[in-house]
Amino acid sequence: MITLTGLAWLLIFQSLGEVLTRLLHLRLPGPVIGLLLLVAALRLERVRAPVGAAAEVLLSHFSLLFVPVGVGVITHLDLLAQYGLRLLVVLLLSTWLGLIVTALVLRRLLRGGQGEDPAA
Amino acid sequence: MQDFVQLWVYLSATPLFGLTATLVTYVLAQAFYHQMQQAPWANPVLWTVLTLALLLWVSHTPYPTYFSGAQFIHFLLGPAVVSLAWPLWQRRTQLVDRFRPLLVAALVGGTTAGGSAVLIAWALGLPPSLLRSLAPKSVTAPVAMGIAEQLGGVPALAAVFAVLTGLVGAISAKYLFDALGPFTPCERGFALGVSAHGIGAARAMQVHPDAGAYAALALGMQVILSSLLIPLIARLF
Repeated sequence: MITLTGLAWLLIFQSLGEVLTRLLHLRLPGPVIGLLLLVAALRLERVRAPVGAAAEVLLSHFSLLFVPVGVGVITHLDLLAQYGLRLLVVLLLSTWLGLIVTALVLRRLLRGGQGEDPAA
Repeated sequence: MQDFVQLWVYLSATPLFGLTATLVTYVLAQAFYHQMQQAPWANPVLWTVLTLALLLWVSHTPYPTYFSGAQFIHFLLGPAVVSLAWPLWQRRTQLVDRFRPLLVAALVGGTTAGGSAVLIAWALGLPPSLLRSLAPKSVTAPVAMGIAEQLGGVPALAAVFAVLTGLVGAISAKYLFDALGPFTPCERGFALGVSAHGIGAARAMQVHPDAGAYAALALGMQVILSSLLIPLIARLF
């Protein structure tokens, strides 16, 4: 029941996000506005416990939610036939660059900050 | 036999088919993944997508027919994005303590991932409509679709690129980090969340609790930053 209450809260915040982004002509997607509002609302105990329960369920099966869109690749087979190899190169290289750069920057900034006092 | 064919024609056209096929295939792929000690190449999303794509192709089932059932799963992406507020809230002390390093890493890493995709694609001579759909590829699928739409790309294509990017990250990150070595689970997880969004983060969550926590944190930050920044940057061109 607590998970259902949490799901209800998530849907309420998503709906709020959709309404706000349309009324105010914001450039943020509705769920992102919902996310920001929910972060603020998590101070409230009655929101926090149910949302936590629902979030744990949804996020632990997050990768399942990408399957329907992923299967959509079959509607773009002509595109893959035409550009497949080049697209593969783009996806591989850019994802690896993103992974490495993020990890290196974070390592540098986190260890750089702590590494000064022990004077190794 | 004739009855059987008629039965299949009836069942395959109902939403029940897409939903059942997706869930059953995913549960089997998940079991296989655990059987293989969670080896990166045994990624459950990869094998589920491949199996279902093959199934649709062999049975001549149109994608919209499949999606009429699968949309019930797809729909949950929205609430799942909203629920990223939870990991952000849970790690709020780390987020505040390490705000600058995390923000800089997310910005630089995210820009590298999206920017290099557009640059490499442009250098390889891919058409502009593809470039616009590639820009948000490191953002989690539903948000990537929204951004691509604003950029004049093809939302459905952007979502496919996002899923493929997530798969590349989830499958290859371990080997990449091991080779370029030593990275802590926090750094690995955060990088997966920034560069390979939800699918990368899902992998991080399964492998190590610290990696998972930082991946979820990165995912939340990435979604907010990219939906703010990508349309702004794109307006410059």
